[in-house]
Amino acid sequence: MTFDLLAIFIAVIAAVVYTALLPARWRGWALMIASMIAIYRLQPALPIRYLDFILPTATIVIAVVCWWGTRKPEHDESARAHSRAPLQIASEDRIALGVIAALVVGMSLMRFVDADFRLTASRPPEPLWVIAALVVVGVSVVGVSVWAGLRPAPTDVDGTQKIFSRQRRVLTGMILLIVLIFVVFKTEALATALSRWLRAQAGQDMSLASMIDLNWLGFSYIAFRLIHMMRDRQSGLLPALTLRETVTYLVFFPALVAGPIDRAERFAKDFRALREKIGFDAGRWTEGITRIAIGILKKFVIADTLAQGAALNAINAAQASSTLALWALLYGYALRLFFDFSGYSDIAIGMGILFGVKLPENFDRPYLKTNLAAFWQSWHMTLSSWARFYVFSPLSRALLMRKVKSAQVVFITQMTTMGVIGLWHGVTLNFLIWGVWHGMGLFVHKQWTDRTRARYMRLSDRQKRAVMVVSWFVTFHFVVIGWVWFGLPDVGESVRVLARLVGVTLVL
Amino acid sequence: MAKWDWLEKSPATWGFVLRVVVKAAILFALCNVIYAALNPLEALGRVSLYNTLLPGRERLPYGENPEQSYSLSLNNIPAMFASHVISRPKAEGEFRVVLIGDSGVWGWFLANGDTLAGVMNEPLPQPLSLQGEGSQGSQSSDYTISQFIRAQHAVPLQMKAMETRAWHAMPLQPVGFASQVEQSGVVVYNVAYPIMSLTKDLLLLDEAMRYQPDMIVWLVTLESFPREKQLFPPLVQNNAARIRRLVEAYDLRVVDNVGQTSPPNRVRVSASREGEPENGDPGIADNINDREASRLIEPNFFGRTLIGQRRDVADWLRLQLYGFSWAATGIDQYIPDEIPLRQSDFEVDESWQNFDVPTTLTADDLAFDVLAAGIERAGNVPVLIINEPIFISEGENSDLRYNSWYPRWAYDQYRDLLAQEARVNGWQYVDLWDSIDAAEFTDSPVHLTAAGTHILAEQVRNILP
Repeated sequence: MTFDLLAIFIAVIAAVVYTALLPARWRGWALMIASMIAIYRLQPALPIRYLDFILPTATIVIAVVCWWGTRKPEHDESARAHSRAPLQIASEDRIALGVIAALVVGMSLMRFVDADFRLTASRPPEPLWVIAALVVVGVSVVGVSVWAGLRPAPTDVDGTQKIFSRQRRVLTGMILLIVLIFVVFKTEALATALSRWLRAQAGQDMSLASMIDLNWLGFSYIAFRLIHMMRDRQSGLLPALTLRETVTYLVFFPALVAGPIDRAERFAKDFRALREKIGFDAGRWTEGITRIAIGILKKFVIADTLAQGAALNAINAAQASSTLALWALLYGYALRLFFDFSGYSDIAIGMGILFGVKLPENFDRPYLKTNLAAFWQSWHMTLSSWARFYVFSPLSRALLMRKVKSAQVVFITQMTTMGVIGLWHGVTLNFLIWGVWHGMGLFVHKQWTDRTRARYMRLSDRQKRAVMVVSWFVTFHFVVIGWVWFGLPDVGESVRVLARLVGVTLVL
Repeated sequence: MAKWDWLEKSPATWGFVLRVVVKAAILFALCNVIYAALNPLEALGRVSLYNTLLPGRERLPYGENPEQSYSLSLNNIPAMFASHVISRPKAEGEFRVVLIGDSGVWGWFLANGDTLAGVMNEPLPQPLSLQGEGSQGSQSSDYTISQFIRAQHAVPLQMKAMETRAWHAMPLQPVGFASQVEQSGVVVYNVAYPIMSLTKDLLLLDEAMRYQPDMIVWLVTLESFPREKQLFPPLVQNNAARIRRLVEAYDLRVVDNVGQTSPPNRVRVSASREGEPENGDPGIADNINDREASRLIEPNFFGRTLIGQRRDVADWLRLQLYGFSWAATGIDQYIPDEIPLRQSDFEVDESWQNFDVPTTLTADDLAFDVLAAGIERAGNVPVLIINEPIFISEGENSDLRYNSWYPRWAYDQYRDLLAQEARVNGWQYVDLWDSIDAAEFTDSPVHLTAAGTHILAEQVRNILP
């Protein structure tokens, strides 16, 4: 099951029940439980036995481990002040841990439920195996924590500082692990190899192994949220979060499938204010329902309609019989991409509003922007700001500290940032080239504006308007042509299509 | 000037929301009632991006996998025709030949250029000798349709080669039908549809008459004749009003009289299997009538509203959208790299349709009345009926069956009956049943390869004046 109209309808009904019947103090718990159920329910069925149960469970386990690894030392200090044992957990977190474990085990009980009523994609493994696996993971995490010295003895005088230093190293390891998992799952060769191995373990046909076997719902977004939390913990920016807040933030169901990538501290602010929210606030409900309706119109009416033959894809790109036809398909693809993605964002934001969480905006009329920098400030805004925080800024600082020339810094950081954004969509050469295409564009734009700003300021209003029109045309077409790399699966086909867009037929 | 920011400026109270919802609900209900009253689907169907913004399709839209074929099956006949090149205004001097038929004529697994119409529209490679006044047309067109009709219906084709015939956009020497195409360009339109039913053919012929055909070539095969199959296609079932009108106008027996003619000595599988009398009991006939008539989908009021017809409206919209891919690629059918071959060896089985064992077919068993209705509907427009080529197997038990569809006893009788009906009614009829070599058939007994279609096109060209 994906995030289709039925899922949206169920979510809206759930929001009504949540608002009408649930006591305010239970709202946070309800969101966490609903989000956890959603990751099982929305996970597509996978051919490898039990994998569509294992992957959502892994998401939850990773979320809990992330919370464990990013707990503030002060938190433990406070615990110590209350004479708790070093590994003791605050009562709310303890309850949350119990609820999470119970829910995972409860989902495994779907094994005994008829397929029509199951909340999992397919039949889960034996509950005893699930319990055993959870115990092993729990003991391992605690063991590693003790081994790494993350939980100090109560007598440590300089405990907080020591923990902080060790925690930074452990978090670096965890970030690298998340990146490694991401790369494996997003790289066709590695994913296929992993699929083959998993199939061998499950006694299934290895010749059918493919990347599609490892379709892990929402992991791209969850991975970036995890990295954000861990990096901010390292830099001391992350506020103390409870387990409930952490897990709900990481797997908040409206933003599970297609973002936006919220920031933990902003999410926590809304989460903590859930109790104060008026149940059926007309303004909030009007806004939420309107956003969902707009999103449905964009995604299910416009984008899905464009997808039916009016948008470029690998098949019709090869079949297109003329340059004009290819351009029409490319424009169709550009519009489809925007309406699809921004539609999903609208639905997510609208649903968040109904449940009392205002997710950040993700799109702001990107195709009307008159330069590439403005485009990237209005297209998938939460991804670009993530990249700005965790790639662009640190890399710029590092390069500037090494006295690298300013233009070189701009070039390297923009290429790297956009390369990362490209690879986030999938570890393929085409996505990398798409990222580099935009990196180059941003670099050229920066150089151009630096050199022409003074001249531009001297233009009359009419001339400025003319420049704006030309700028929009160039920006829009730069982006649209870039979608060729994004939308087609291999470099050869992309080059052929690009050549045909200018009337040249290449035989590669 | 009124601004559209009233929604943002208005106070978001539940009263306000309720008013908006109530007004929207009333408007929506009103739209549905008006829609149901106007029943605009047919008019909507005639609105099309094809032939204006997009090039027209060369065959009627049909597709079970639109994402691969850039085409889809829909029930809106005006929309289907509006997407077809036939809905272009008729050019001055154009001589329109409309091909009606099944999947073989539509061009299953064939690109548009390789269908019967596509091939017939190709200019011939050889120099033309029949251009304008004074040409020696009779040297190469001495075998006219009227002569052919007079010939024995089952004889192998003995037509003279007519390589010099100007077929597409060329002036023709008037001979027989050619008297109507003097100084004109002939354009052949593929109005076939890949489903077996003469009633479906009649439905399309009826609509095709709006587009001023000058000649109709109707290719038929036995599989389209059984009365039980007449109302089977969804296209027929979903055009109940049109079917009822045709039934009434031409006194067709597809609905009201189906099954009533079974003589007592014949065994119908359906009756015997269900333990019912095997003697043509009127009760059986009535049941069949009810069953057949109930196939027609006649929407109630709710079914005529916008909600009830949302699928049809969506199909119309999708047809327009797939037009962009059609325009970009020229593809309207998914053709696999490897086409499966038709069956050549058979079990010892002589059953056909509802008949378990060989029996004597009569004209009442087959829907000749539908064929007659089509000819009557065409009025002054000449109709040429062609019994289309079939695959003739030489495999195991081919002494019992020609192919997987037809046991010899049924098909031979069908040919006799069709020829007899043609003679009696004065229909213009040609039997090409065995005119194509077995190797030129693909996945079914009537689907031809591109080469086979070229041979058939040549034969049809030669028949036509």
